[in-house]
Amino acid sequence: METPIIRIQNLGKEFKTANGPVRALQNINLEVSAGEIFGIIGLSGAGKSTLVRCINYLEVPTEGDVLFEGKSMAAMSDHERRRTRQSMGMIFQQFNLLAQRNVIRNVCFPLELAGVPKKEARERAMELLKTVGLEDRAQAYPAQLSGGQKQRVAIARALATRPKVILCDEATSALDPNTTKQILELLKDINRKLGVTIIVITHEMAVIEAICDRVAIIDQSRIAEVGAVSEIFLNPRSAIGRKLIMGEAAAQAAGTAVSGESGRSIRIIFDGRESAEPVISNMVLACRAPVNIMYAATRDIQGKAMGQMVVQLPPDREGARRVIEYLESIRVPYEEVNGDEV
Amino acid sequence: MKFDAVTVNMLKTGIWESFYMTALSSLFAYLIGLPLGIILVVTDEGGIRPIPWLQKILGVAINLLRSVPFLILLFIALPLSKIVIGTRIGSPAIIIPLTIAAAPYVARVVESSFRELDAGVIEAAQSMGASTWQIIWKVLLPESRPSLLLGAALAVTTILSYSAMAGFTGGGGLGAIAINYGYYRYEPFLMWVSVVLLVVMVQIIQEAGNRLSRKSDKRIR
Ligand SMILES: Nc1ncnc2c1ncn2[C@@H]1O[C@H](COP(=O)(O)OP(=O)(O)OP(=O)(O)O)[C@@H](O)[C@H]1O
Ligand SMILES: [Mg+2]
Repeated sequence: METPIIRIQNLGKEFKTANGPVRALQNINLEVSAGEIFGIIGLSGAGKSTLVRCINYLEVPTEGDVLFEGKSMAAMSDHERRRTRQSMGMIFQQFNLLAQRNVIRNVCFPLELAGVPKKEARERAMELLKTVGLEDRAQAYPAQLSGGQKQRVAIARALATRPKVILCDEATSALDPNTTKQILELLKDINRKLGVTIIVITHEMAVIEAICDRVAIIDQSRIAEVGAVSEIFLNPRSAIGRKLIMGEAAAQAAGTAVSGESGRSIRIIFDGRESAEPVISNMVLACRAPVNIMYAATRDIQGKAMGQMVVQLPPDREGARRVIEYLESIRVPYEEVNGDEV
Repeated sequence: MKFDAVTVNMLKTGIWESFYMTALSSLFAYLIGLPLGIILVVTDEGGIRPIPWLQKILGVAINLLRSVPFLILLFIALPLSKIVIGTRIGSPAIIIPLTIAAAPYVARVVESSFRELDAGVIEAAQSMGASTWQIIWKVLLPESRPSLLLGAALAVTTILSYSAMAGFTGGGGLGAIAINYGYYRYEPFLMWVSVVLLVVMVQIIQEAGNRLSRKSDKRIR
């Protein structure tokens, strides 16, 4: 395996505050390969933003190191770090465009910083605006754009210096679902066409499922688990992983749970080969037992249709046993969902 | 009580003197105060180049200077005018104390404009590898432009009203006319005329500042 484009080694970050030290990150070890879309997911306050800011040394870690293409960021001089940052574009939840500059001059900005001649910078900026579909808004100011358009400008700006990596901190969290989808598509497109490595920070599992190859789950300043998205979706090992993946299922299921019934629930996972309906209808026929579907959804993970369904087992022990046995016999992965997760 | 040629000429000279005292003092106050304001923000804890001890010393010095009443500062600083300009009386002499009084004020006005700026924009520039100088020149100053212009209108009108005290040290300008005629000779008519002229000047400066600020602000529509 070739050297990862980014290797995070034993990284830790402690903030000194008036109320004593705050540990934002502990013992983080991650490797991101060139060309992949790598997700980092966690709940609010888990340390995601701190981690992504440590990757380009906007935040200086208190322990450990970040290697960019094998070179230690800790050992770099200020000047070298600034040069390295030009190889790492960044986009933000709040877009952070320069309000007093029009669109094209915003895209030219990083080129200006890098000392690229003006004419060349303009040509490059126009080209990028075409890539993000905003060439007709080159003269507009950020205040005249929608959120989605602003994020497109920010993406064009982040791409200007031909970076190898793009860091996205909650890049879609301020956008509506439709716009989110478009922006994620755009990022995926850029990844495919330009081969840019993308690191996506988010608190939404849907974002990870939509575009990431691999994901790291961060919980209370530590990495809880890392793996391929499809793998973690099928079989989350950490408590936080289960919570994030089943979170939406559980929340939905809670709304549909029949009150008074305290039966056990299981989560059934379909990995694209079989479709959900026959499994359930066959199960009901074979077991002659009623099951209550509390939640069902399919989604596209890396081009494969994946589905999950939460069903309440029949209230009687015998019925429940038959359903479990049936699932075992047809080898459909399932797992029991705890009461507090539903 | 009469608007004869002599009076009109005197008022014209007064306007001119008020104007150039204010303009030159404002210019010098900004030459000193703007860099100081930048240093206050940049070297602050959590600023782009934190140097907390420098920030603290500068802050205290500015507060000290700002707490001296202008009339007293005027008399303290006049010997300095003698050294720099060669005279301690007349309109040019007051430019030195005016600058000394206004520079720390300008530093604070400018500082507050910079602090209005969204930290995210600076973070974005840093993420692109911008140096401290590049952030100051290409982000801090241009992005704060509308607010800096509003602040300038505030600073210049304040300097204009300070300049009115030049009358106490043999300086000229509309303020001196108001004091000399209204207070010492008890000719209220001339006093009111010069006060009205001062009010008009303040209005013009403030309105110009408002318009320039609004016109330069790309956040609006
Ligand atoms: N500059 C700072 N000073 C002190 N504590 C900080 C600072 N920045 C972050 N923290 C703390 O570090 C922890 C992690 O914060 P961080 O912003 O990385 O979380 P996050 O996962 O990005 O959360 P969110 O999803 O809400 O953005 C939090 O407890 C936060 O209070
Ligand atoms: Mg965050």
